[in-house]
Amino acid sequence: MAQPLVKKDDDHDDEAEYSPFLGIEKGAVLQEARVFNDPQLDPRRCSQVITKLLYLLNQGETFTKIEATEVFFAVTKLFQSRDLGLRRMVYLMIKELSPSSDEVIIVTSSLMKDMNSKTDMYRANAIRVLCRITDGTLLTQIERYLKQAIVDKNPVVASAALVSGIHLLQSNPEIVKRWSNEVQEAMQSRAALVQFHALALLHQIRQNDRLAVSKLVTSLTRGTVRSPLAQCLLIRYTCQVIRESAGNTQTGERPFYDYLESCLRHKAEMVIFEAARAITELNGVTSRELTPAITVLQLFLSSSKPVLRFAAVRTLNKVAMMHPMAVTNCNIDMESLISDQNRSIATLAITTLLKTGNESSVDRLMKQITNFMSDIADEFKIVVVEAIRSLCLKFPLKYRSLMNFLSNILREEGGFEYKKAIVDSIVILIRDIPDAKESGLLHLCEFIEDCEFTYLSTQILHFLGIEGPKTSDPSKYIRYIYNRVHLENATVRASAVSTLAKFGAMVDSLKPRIFVLLRRCLFDSDDEVRDRATLYLNTLGADGAMDETNEDASEFLFGSLDVPLESSDEPFDISSVPREVKVQPLAEKKAPSKKPAGLGAPPSGPTATVDAYEKLLSSIPEFSSFGNLFKSSAPVELTEAETEYAVNVVKHIFDQHVVFQYNCTNTIPEQLLENVTVLVDSSEAEEFAEVASKPLQSLPYDSPGQTFVAFEKPQGVPAVGKFSNILKFIVKEVDTSTGEAEDDGVEDEYRLEDLEVVAADYMQKVGVSNFRNAWENMNPDSERVDEYGLGPRENLSEAVNAVINLLGMQPCEGTEVVPSNSRSHTCLLSGVFIGNVRVLVRLSFGIDGEKEVAMKLARAPAAQQVNSGKLREFGGKTVAAREELRPDKRDKKRKRAGVREGAREKSRETALEVKFAWKKRKGRGRSDGICEELFMGMNREVACNLAFLTINEKGKARMEGWCDGDGLLLLGERRWRGEEEEEGKGSTLAFTEKDGWIEERMRWKGKMDGSSWMYGDEEVEEQHRVEKDGLGCRFDEVVPVIEGPIGEGKGDLGSPDFRVSSN
Amino acid sequence: MAYFSGSRDTCPSVKNILLLDSEGKRVAVKYYSDDWPTNSSKLAFEKSVFTKTLKTNARTEAEIAMFENNIVIYKFVQDLHFFVTGGDDENELILAAVLQGFFDAVALLLRNNVDKREALENLDLILLCLDEIVDGGMILETDATSIAAKVAAHSADSGAPLSEQTITQALAIAREHLTRSLLN
Repeated sequence: MAQPLVKKDDDHDDEAEYSPFLGIEKGAVLQEARVFNDPQLDPRRCSQVITKLLYLLNQGETFTKIEATEVFFAVTKLFQSRDLGLRRMVYLMIKELSPSSDEVIIVTSSLMKDMNSKTDMYRANAIRVLCRITDGTLLTQIERYLKQAIVDKNPVVASAALVSGIHLLQSNPEIVKRWSNEVQEAMQSRAALVQFHALALLHQIRQNDRLAVSKLVTSLTRGTVRSPLAQCLLIRYTCQVIRESAGNTQTGERPFYDYLESCLRHKAEMVIFEAARAITELNGVTSRELTPAITVLQLFLSSSKPVLRFAAVRTLNKVAMMHPMAVTNCNIDMESLISDQNRSIATLAITTLLKTGNESSVDRLMKQITNFMSDIADEFKIVVVEAIRSLCLKFPLKYRSLMNFLSNILREEGGFEYKKAIVDSIVILIRDIPDAKESGLLHLCEFIEDCEFTYLSTQILHFLGIEGPKTSDPSKYIRYIYNRVHLENATVRASAVSTLAKFGAMVDSLKPRIFVLLRRCLFDSDDEVRDRATLYLNTLGADGAMDETNEDASEFLFGSLDVPLESSDEPFDISSVPREVKVQPLAEKKAPSKKPAGLGAPPSGPTATVDAYEKLLSSIPEFSSFGNLFKSSAPVELTEAETEYAVNVVKHIFDQHVVFQYNCTNTIPEQLLENVTVLVDSSEAEEFAEVASKPLQSLPYDSPGQTFVAFEKPQGVPAVGKFSNILKFIVKEVDTSTGEAEDDGVEDEYRLEDLEVVAADYMQKVGVSNFRNAWENMNPDSERVDEYGLGPRENLSEAVNAVINLLGMQPCEGTEVVPSNSRSHTCLLSGVFIGNVRVLVRLSFGIDGEKEVAMKLARAPAAQQVNSGKLREFGGKTVAAREELRPDKRDKKRKRAGVREGAREKSRETALEVKFAWKKRKGRGRSDGICEELFMGMNREVACNLAFLTINEKGKARMEGWCDGDGLLLLGERRWRGEEEEEGKGSTLAFTEKDGWIEERMRWKGKMDGSSWMYGDEEVEEQHRVEKDGLGCRFDEVVPVIEGPIGEGKGDLGSPDFRVSSN
Repeated sequence: MAYFSGSRDTCPSVKNILLLDSEGKRVAVKYYSDDWPTNSSKLAFEKSVFTKTLKTNARTEAEIAMFENNIVIYKFVQDLHFFVTGGDDENELILAAVLQGFFDAVALLLRNNVDKREALENLDLILLCLDEIVDGGMILETDATSIAAKVAAHSADSGAPLSEQTITQALAIAREHLTRSLLN
């Protein structure tokens, strides 16, 4: 029989080694479990038996199905007892047994009773148990109680329900999503942890709704979040929002940065650390943003708590990869961590120092590292090796000590990955630091003397063959190489033979000795080794049979041959093997191996792309005479995503020319396009004349290609114009199984979107370091001031961004960010205009109560060359553009490739309608999250699909949604308006929300024909589904359900219509 | 068992909590993640964690180490070894807070006689304690006093009305906790 479980009140005089579970046995305990069935329950004894069962389970003991079922049924009997302690153990036991669904039914009613008990402890635990074991069907029954529990005044109960909600969200999302209101109420709880759990659940419910998350974050970062854990969560969500809103904030203040920064002063360390880590991981974080985070992390480095030190050094280590300079301040604290008792901290400190260290500290560091290399795991060692490699490339003068270190660790024990990392590092150092070559090669030679990895041996032998003969004394390597022929397996032997031959080919003085060695290899047991030896002896002319010149031999040995390996019917002919490809693979080989070396190097910036463009263009003879490239625009998409052919264009501006580079991608596997050109109609661009074009010979599936068109324009003049484009090509069918194209193709064309050359294309974004200085140094006579009315705007920020984009200039000193609710703002811009004229602009904006924006534009070009007329044109453009800014933006989104002319016309009308709606919106308060009115420009080519609805139309239009910026979400019903009121009489359009989709049901009279439509007498009903995302409606998928007699255009519906999105 | 991946956008999560003795044998363990599907993989993990941390001195302050892309935070007292494991992306200080909560709660429940024998004799309290700290990987509570109060609530006389009992118990424990921290 098992030992009785002794309680703490009577055990103190027992022996020290005594364990209450000594000699415990499963069978016996299961026997004991019969006490559960006693009519007179002894709660204490039952508790003891449950504890024993749990002990067994905890030790890894398993119950058979029958045993588990028996125990489960016995345990359910214990619900009769009113003993609180026993009940807790029963709950635990049920969770551990995780009963099957038919067993769950037995306890459901007992648990549901407990869920409504007056005892808080029962409620909280019963909820957790029931949610753990329940399935979807039961959940609907208890949903009501769970909702109540979420807002229970007892925090333990509320937390239990919320945490259960988080678990249930994985399996039954649709049910949990309905609890949103209760969860939101729980967010206001005074209990810290309830707030934490509520926030976690609320975020998970809304995680697919970006705008809702953004809204949640915005409101919470202003308020007070009590629990440090909740604060940590909020920081994570804030970062998510920052990441997703990235793109419009290249410079200046980052949204929410202030919040993150304020968290660095929180009283809880976990919050401080979470915020510091979040800041270091921001995309494109600036050194100014980093500084406060680095400062708190530096303080943590000298903490007495190892966990804090570890957290800080690990984060700093990551920072050092991208911003080594930012971390140098911590070097002194970091160095003291090298001797930290905790090896993980020491390793991280070392690798960080290797990244940030300077030349003078290298020797000292190496000494310290050697001491602890043997203590750490292989994956850490690889990190150290990589850090040393980049350090060596940074300080080539220190190669000696670093190379010695590498060779020492190469001799120690280690796995393949570790050894490979070391060998790769040595190879890279030999390649990049000429002084290191001889010693490095010798280290490698010594390594292959005792190398268990065939792969590494052959790699090193190959490398020796290339580098060895070029050294001052090649003969000293021969011994190492020939030893391989004696001692190694066949693969390594064959490789050694090749290497020997390379020495023979390159070094005449060694040739006779090499021949002797190669002849010995003729008796090798492996045929590959023998074959190679014979081949090389012949090639090198050992027996005089074939007296090839030395040059041929070495080309044969060192060049790469493009020999088809599969057998063919024709006899092999050496002359058919092309030799001209030789150069390319060598160049390629160098490139990838250099990549890891540049670990610490900054990622190539935008200048690199401009350089690449310049190189590309000057390599094309037609364009080489155009002179220097002034500016290349960012790619402009000329097709919508997911169309058959994806085309974008890059505008290259030269002094007298403009070159359009069309990047085309064919997305249809069954097609091969040939002779691809773009037919450009420049009738709306009078100053431009086409001078050259370069067609693309062939455009296979999924491999992008470029075609170019060049125009001449007046010298130095920022000519503007609009170009329409048609992609012309010959299309050939491709059999996807064989990949072969048919011989004859069909000529075809594909309409692309229009392309505009605008004034901003002639402006380079060039910042100035000190705007005020630069401004004052300008000739005051060249300053011009103009004033413009920009009409009504939502807010200043929107007006500022619009004007900046229009001018295409670089905002300076973070002035493109407008503080919210400000009435006036000054924005500083700088740029270089074509003809190398530096232009500075100071924009002053003001907004009045009617949301009318006025702008004062003062600009100072560096020289007088820019005549005022041109600038006026510039400003005039601003004024003219202001009318269409908004609609234009929306309009663009909607247009798709392949929209026919008629449809295009319609879109223009739509744009006008939007403007109309826009004006009407002026002055209406839309501040507190619930919209008073909404509009929607959704273009189904039904030109006027612009609903302009107010919440006053009760019953007709009930709307919910967010109204930040353009993110509009419309639910409800709309009526036809304006011109269409007559024509579209009787049409209805209703929006309903379901499972995160907006369903649009539309009934109208008319006829569909492909993508065009007209009003008529026949009833048409359509249904579309629109995924609801945080930014309002995005019509990602259109599911037409067309009833009634209509034309043949059913399938075509999907292409040109819905795409309303805003950003 | 639901478990949250340790990605940055999600909640802090705990992969397991271990309480081992001075020979690396289990006193009580609880796993919340599927990273160790079988009992043998669990035992292997416990063994490697135990042997690698054995030599370190984690008696005054919690220590930290990395194992197979996990962060393990640990603290020892007498012949008991406490461990909390989380993903390598996890905020170390949150895991440390969980460990500290567990450690202090156990100390409170065992009235400061924290050793293997006491722990085994009061295994029911230890198991309830684990149950109150983390639920399926999600942190329920990290404050030792609250955890101990919730666990201890049942071990007192069941005769007294529950609400009163909880408060009295909690107060007593809180007082004890306070005195102890003042004395230290």
